[in-house]
Amino acid sequence: MKPHGYALDATFAALADPTRRAILARLADGEATVTELAAPFDISQPAISKHLKVLERAGLITRGREAQRRPRKLEPRPLAEATDWIERYRKIWEANYKRLDAVLEELKGKQKKTVDALIEETKPKPRKRKAK
Amino acid sequence: MTKTGAVKITTPTDRELVMTRVFDAPRGMVFDALTKADLVKRWLLGPPGWTMPVCEIDLRVGGKYRYAWQNADGRKMGMGGTFKEIVRPSRIVTAELFDEDWTGGETLVTTEIVETNGKTTLTTTVRYSSREARDGAIKTGMAKGVEASYDRLEALLQA
Repeated sequence: MKPHGYALDATFAALADPTRRAILARLADGEATVTELAAPFDISQPAISKHLKVLERAGLITRGREAQRRPRKLEPRPLAEATDWIERYRKIWEANYKRLDAVLEELKGKQKKTVDALIEETKPKPRKRKAK
Repeated sequence: MTKTGAVKITTPTDRELVMTRVFDAPRGMVFDALTKADLVKRWLLGPPGWTMPVCEIDLRVGGKYRYAWQNADGRKMGMGGTFKEIVRPSRIVTAELFDEDWTGGETLVTTEIVETNGKTTLTTTVRYSSREARDGAIKTGMAKGVEASYDRLEALLQA
């Protein structure tokens, strides 16, 4: 398989955390420094650094070479591999559920017929009306 | 307003996969379509090219179900499970396993069926035995996907 396949566990573990997902979303808009990344969160910079380390180990982000700023950058490939599978799974179930829609439409049609038949049956029939 | 059509997939914990879809039908009907064999075999077919020659469902707690699929090219796939909980028309819990066990042991599948204003939200939670099992299943899924693409490529080259 692809060389990056083994890292999927790390990818999913990294994605399980909402702060880390927010960091990735921010980096999708362009590279950013640790300070910039920490700004929108109500947590300490060391805590952000910890999250960044997890993302780095999962291969989801890399560091820029600029000595001072060392901006973090999104690495799209591992993320694409994880979402590829989910996307395939989703497509299979989309096809299944589309067929299920058709089955349900048919059931609704049948039920309506039954209800209509019942209404017809319970209508008072003029000939059976009791004479006073 | 609940929107019908789109399948939503999330991984809320490290051993779960959750799938949500809204249907334009009352939940009793959705429950039937999920649990009556003659209805299930009409829609639970997966990717194009597959049929479902085996679909047996013994709908009671402790009862078993057995599904098997066949592809036009001769490939086969099967799975079986046991009903752990049945609350008509709102909830089904099963333990299931593919014959090829590509999920790293049994998965616990919880199906929740909720109706709002005549529309039904179906939520399926698949709980794997461990994070490794879930990610393993995902990897196998990827490998299978790659394999399927190669199969198609091969068919194309032979044509």
